[in-house]
Amino acid sequence: MKGAELQAIYVMWLREMKRFIRSRSRLIATVVQPLFFLVILGSGLRSAAMPGMIGGDYLVFLAPGIVAMAILFSSMFTGVSILWDRQFGFLQEVLVAPISRLSIIFGRTIGGATISLIQGFIILVIAMFLGVSISSIPALLFTIVFMVLLAFTAVGFGLVIASKMTDFQGFQVIMNLIIMPLLFLSSAFFPIATNPGFPSALVTLVFLNPMFYMVDGLRGAMTGVNYYLPPLVNLFIVLCICVFMMGLGSYFFSKSEA
Amino acid sequence: MDIIKTTDLTKKFDDFTAVDHISFSVKKGEIFGFLGPNGAGKTTTIKMLITLLNPTDGSADVAGFDIIKKRDDVRENIGVVFQEPALDTELTGKENLDFHARMYGLDGDKRKNRIKEVLNLVDLDDKKDVLVKKYSGGMKRRLEIARGLMHNPTIMFLDEPTLGLDAQTRRAIWEYIRKMNKEENTTIFLTTHYMEEADYLCDRVGIIDRGKIMIMDSTDNLKNSVGNDVITLSCSDTPGLIKRLGDESWIKNIKQHDSFLTLGVEKGEEKIPVVFDIARTLNITIKSISVRKPTLDDVFLYYTGRTMRDQEPENPMKMGFRPRAHGG
Repeated sequence: MKGAELQAIYVMWLREMKRFIRSRSRLIATVVQPLFFLVILGSGLRSAAMPGMIGGDYLVFLAPGIVAMAILFSSMFTGVSILWDRQFGFLQEVLVAPISRLSIIFGRTIGGATISLIQGFIILVIAMFLGVSISSIPALLFTIVFMVLLAFTAVGFGLVIASKMTDFQGFQVIMNLIIMPLLFLSSAFFPIATNPGFPSALVTLVFLNPMFYMVDGLRGAMTGVNYYLPPLVNLFIVLCICVFMMGLGSYFFSKSEA
Repeated sequence: MDIIKTTDLTKKFDDFTAVDHISFSVKKGEIFGFLGPNGAGKTTTIKMLITLLNPTDGSADVAGFDIIKKRDDVRENIGVVFQEPALDTELTGKENLDFHARMYGLDGDKRKNRIKEVLNLVDLDDKKDVLVKKYSGGMKRRLEIARGLMHNPTIMFLDEPTLGLDAQTRRAIWEYIRKMNKEENTTIFLTTHYMEEADYLCDRVGIIDRGKIMIMDSTDNLKNSVGNDVITLSCSDTPGLIKRLGDESWIKNIKQHDSFLTLGVEKGEEKIPVVFDIARTLNITIKSISVRKPTLDDVFLYYTGRTMRDQEPENPMKMGFRPRAHGG
């Protein structure tokens, strides 16, 4: 890879960072919303008996789900922010530069992934303060691996959506019709695969939901309880999904014209 | 030396042919203008030349490189000022330039020096650390010109560089465009639908209408082709007068537009009494008459049979977000 390409990747990343740091409302919103879930939902249901949940602490169950949610939202936002660039013309400035499309996507992706990881870590730290403990250093590293993969997958997904949408109106619809079901059927908020009372048709859907493997893997890596599949199996599945999503996102992006 | 050369360049969007087999060339160092109404195919042509759109047919060389086979070489040699501002408004002016410089592989001191140079060229040095969202329209345009120049392009493309700016700012932008042509030896390719802009800036002009080039020549030659002077008049019986004036050999051309008649003549002020005499013998009353030097407006009318202004209402979308890639 030429030096110019590396510099372009770096400056794409730098731009994402600068915009993120300057957009205080975005910083606050993306941290506060998961915080509400964690503190209010977590405290409210802490002593409730959750069907299918192992161990007594709902907060421990919920924390990985909320970390995943924060990363998902933030990464999606990055992917979709390409829409902003297109609408405001900036995308043309990027596309007319003598830089390969792949470097442009790569720079943007690592920028978006970095931001969502920062947010994921903030939630993680808050969860630890609230009493969620990570058992060991390898467990923490394993957790980080899942967070990174989730971030890249979600950016790729955002790229796909951004390439297929040409205006903002569709964004809200996408959020409601795609993101919310993905999240609800991911076992982020409550156990699903191990829940005996859950309709079997929905359980089948759960196994088709990529988010399920992300959340389940993250939970297995982070807390070591309440997971359905062994973390290494999840890791393999998540890795495949990530590669596929990034490939698909890059393909759609390189096909789209400014 | 031809720095841009196109052969039968064509772009179709479904059934609509935006650019229809155009062939032209631009010489190194000149300011070349594409003049035409909204929707004539100006922006589509530019987008093909700057490698953002693939032509449906035909070919083009920019700075000696084929726009399809040698995209990256073309991209390295061109600067672009887009019709819609293409700045990151969340970054400062200097950061926008820095972003651009890095995208074009300028490193270290070279980058810093060049940022200073271009900022000075467009007089934005004192505003360089202000977020672009706080810039005025004119400042944004200047910053874009500066940015386009960052990597010392051989050719600068400007798509409607003064669209939506007030008269005073427009003048200032014109001066910057001339300055970069002279001081940076940059060949300039611009599009405009303002006659006075093409008239003031361009060495040569191509008039484009409905995807075709109607005529291409120096601005002086174009104006001379219409006649040294233009007489515009309105009268009580336009068809009658046209019929009679058609026999006069001193009239280079006659065009009717609405109720007005335009005559291309030599020594216009001497011809006014002659026109009056002719009208009187036919019992036609002349309501108004004027003589003036021809403008590119007259040239446009002459070659297309319409004035530029006729077309404005056809494209009410122009001021908002335009449908992508279909623009003038």
